[in-house]
Amino acid sequence: MAVGSVATRSRSARRSWTQSAIGSWVTTTDHKKIGVMYIYTAFFFFLFGGVLALLIRTQLAVPNNTFLSPEAYDQVFTMHATIMIFLFIMPIWTGFGNYLVPLMVGARDMAFPRINALGYWLFLIGGIVLSASFLFNSAPNAGWFSYAPLTEATPTCLTQAAGSAQQAAQAAASAAAAGGQGCFSPGSNPDFWIVGLSILGIASVTGAINFVVTILRMRAPGMTINRMPLFTWMIMVMSFLLIFAMPSLTVASFLLLFDRHLGTHFFQASAGGDPLLWQHLFWSFGHPEVYILILPAFGIISEVLPVFSGKPIFGYTFVAWSGVAIGFLSFTVWAHHMFAVGLPPLAQAFFASSTTLIAIPTAVKIFNWVATVYGGKIRFTASMLFALGFVAMFLIGGLNGAALAVVPFDYQVTDTYFVVSHIHYVLFGGSVMALMAGIYYWFPKMSGRLLNERLGQVQFWLWMIGLNAAFFPMHILGLLGMPRRQFTYPANMGWDQLNLLSTLGAFTIALGVIVFLVNFVWTMAKKRTASSDPWDAFTLEWATTSPPPVENFLTIPVVRSRRPVYDLKHPENPDWKTEH
Amino acid sequence: MRLKPTWRRAASLLPLLFALLLAGCGNTNIGDVNHTPNMLDPQGPIALKESDLFWIILIIATAVFIIVIAVLIYSIIRFRARPDSPEPTQIHGNTKIEIAWTIAPSVVLVLVLIATITTMFQIQQPQSPNTITVNAIGHQWWWEFQYDNGVVTADEMWIPTGTVVHINLKSNNVIHSFWVPQLGGKTDVIPGHDNAMWLQADNVGWYRGACAEFCGTQHAHMDFLVHAVSPADYQTWVSQQQQTAAQPTDTLAQAGAKYFASSPCIGCHAINGVTTADPSKLIGPNLTHFGSRQWIAGGVVDNKPANLDAWIRDPQAIKSGVDMPAFGQAAGGSLTDDQINELVAYLESLK
Repeated sequence: MAVGSVATRSRSARRSWTQSAIGSWVTTTDHKKIGVMYIYTAFFFFLFGGVLALLIRTQLAVPNNTFLSPEAYDQVFTMHATIMIFLFIMPIWTGFGNYLVPLMVGARDMAFPRINALGYWLFLIGGIVLSASFLFNSAPNAGWFSYAPLTEATPTCLTQAAGSAQQAAQAAASAAAAGGQGCFSPGSNPDFWIVGLSILGIASVTGAINFVVTILRMRAPGMTINRMPLFTWMIMVMSFLLIFAMPSLTVASFLLLFDRHLGTHFFQASAGGDPLLWQHLFWSFGHPEVYILILPAFGIISEVLPVFSGKPIFGYTFVAWSGVAIGFLSFTVWAHHMFAVGLPPLAQAFFASSTTLIAIPTAVKIFNWVATVYGGKIRFTASMLFALGFVAMFLIGGLNGAALAVVPFDYQVTDTYFVVSHIHYVLFGGSVMALMAGIYYWFPKMSGRLLNERLGQVQFWLWMIGLNAAFFPMHILGLLGMPRRQFTYPANMGWDQLNLLSTLGAFTIALGVIVFLVNFVWTMAKKRTASSDPWDAFTLEWATTSPPPVENFLTIPVVRSRRPVYDLKHPENPDWKTEH
Repeated sequence: MRLKPTWRRAASLLPLLFALLLAGCGNTNIGDVNHTPNMLDPQGPIALKESDLFWIILIIATAVFIIVIAVLIYSIIRFRARPDSPEPTQIHGNTKIEIAWTIAPSVVLVLVLIATITTMFQIQQPQSPNTITVNAIGHQWWWEFQYDNGVVTADEMWIPTGTVVHINLKSNNVIHSFWVPQLGGKTDVIPGHDNAMWLQADNVGWYRGACAEFCGTQHAHMDFLVHAVSPADYQTWVSQQQQTAAQPTDTLAQAGAKYFASSPCIGCHAINGVTTADPSKLIGPNLTHFGSRQWIAGGVVDNKPANLDAWIRDPQAIKSGVDMPAFGQAAGGSLTDDQINELVAYLESLK
């Protein structure tokens, strides 16, 4: 009797815990709640990484600045990239995919709801591990690429170094002087990187498998692969890339961990290992990774542009399959990050060719977006502004990226600010602009509230001005010979004004972020008034309430075309009569 | 793919924005040590071919950008929603147009690829029969240059103009990257890999170089200078550098010379004719002709007596993380003010 009553009490206690404000989030397996948790957490890391970016730009505003010590700067620039890539853009796409994919394909949840929850909590743990490194003044400091042998150590020197920073420096110096195996990172900085990223890798792969199964197995009746929303297509391609690319990073990280703690020497040249092995393993993950960061952006743009142009996407099949082509080709281009390492000319010619090839499907996408806008009836909502801004900015990122495939020119600009400019046009002008288009577009669906459009326009123009002021001068800095990853630079090299302009641009972007936060807080304080379809949109998520109920749909809809909600609203001219 | 000078000039005018900005920033004064290492102001055959390629890409990229953006801007102005706008025609695509705009960028990109690979193979092998060979060794964080003729310098490489300079790149620590923008692109310096490159300067001048691969705390202070001089001046420089250390004439420097031979300095630094340790076992730069160099420690400060004095007293305050410990007593070192004054006078006398 006593046992039974305890059991009853604990069960009832658990029930009330899962229904409490916090407990309902902690224990949820609902794809929408998990999606929202991903988005909030990732956005927090966006702010974190953004503050680090401002620290970088403050340090580089003027020559010979001493705002940050070199030791601090190295941690800041490494963590800026690591956070923005692994803790902001990747998880925020997982968040958007989580929220939207089941709604878009007409499913009640993801295929594996518990694994879905596991993925989120692993992401959070990985993020905490990486961020906690700052508390120990041991944040990763060898770049987000963590090149060996700069990240190398041996078990012996790690033991010696466990004492103090002074001893650590001496241990490193004595190892170097002895010509023995390198001990270039005697601190635990690389270990935080290895452990954090390995946890995040598991989170990413579980999420990716979940997406693939959901998309391939759980679509509503009539929603063939060829009728899926393009955002869903791009999440599927992204997921395949994650599944095939992440293992390479995990393997490389573990080999480095073994080198450092078990005394192996995979990357220690003096003991017969090879530092280039690290680069090959890292970039065979690292380049697909770039497309992991941009493909969902392509998906968002392919949803937003048609809706606000009042037309279907131009060339659905080409847009979808060019995404697939990019996915395949992204595994063949990794060594274009390594043109300066002294690969044989024939290998360089191969990777120049494959990189040129991957530009073609990318160009096709841009032309299709422009053609979608052409002949439409364009509504300049904030979401549409960000989407159009994306097309222009990503075009610059694509063109200066294609320039990096020109090997002899790449010999000059690789590892300079030219490349910093390129990646920021792709990841900020591309991924983050598309993200904002997506936030303004789906915010009413997720929260039941419409963000303020006027503030959205202010934010858009602050960002357009800010990002071009911040990142365009970096092209010229690279051409003028400024290497990247330097904590300072000498005066009168012709770099001073351009760096200052770049810093002003970064702060203008930050001002835009503040405008967005104001907009967010103000909007969330209002009542839920958004209708189920405030944008006159096309896809299934707009066929249910804003926000949608648990399990999404009262009855699972039957789909006859690529724009089921358009069909409902236009019975006189539905897509399934004209589409082929 | 070498452009005629007129075309190159015309090319540099076309993209107005770039030309204006570069004109504002990249003024050439190659007689000055501290001029902009502008890769679009090439001073050798490799850099020239690379900058030619840049102008070609810039023209193509600018044209593509203008065309796409023009259509986009036309569309958003012409087709913006007005009260009287008709409902747009629901066009799903057009396969012929799709094929056309798949082929168009393919053709352009293939042309660029041909230019890329042609240039790549052209700059693999040098043309000029005159050659010298230098070993460039990347340390954390300074460059050592060892010549075939026995000359050893630090952070400063003298080369004859019009001569192919073969450079063997070595590192026994982390990865560095050897880069002189005005003379050519970079090549990484990787432990366990015997990379090599070549470059050639056509004009006399000082060319700034840098380490381009992140190599740790003081990556920013791993610059070096290439001084291109006429072949005759180069020979003079070589014979001067081949001599052992000069005997100082003034008394302070003489006292410094006397002290140096028994100072802690010799644990890391060689001076030919003075120190006896095997130079290959020493981790610091060879100081035999220290006074003739422009910079101290990878360009962190100019080579002036006051800077050298501060450097010997506390290198960590100037360039944290370097192997050299502090010697000034204020920073916990063992040398008296007099000893440091003597050492500075001596080292600066080593022309």
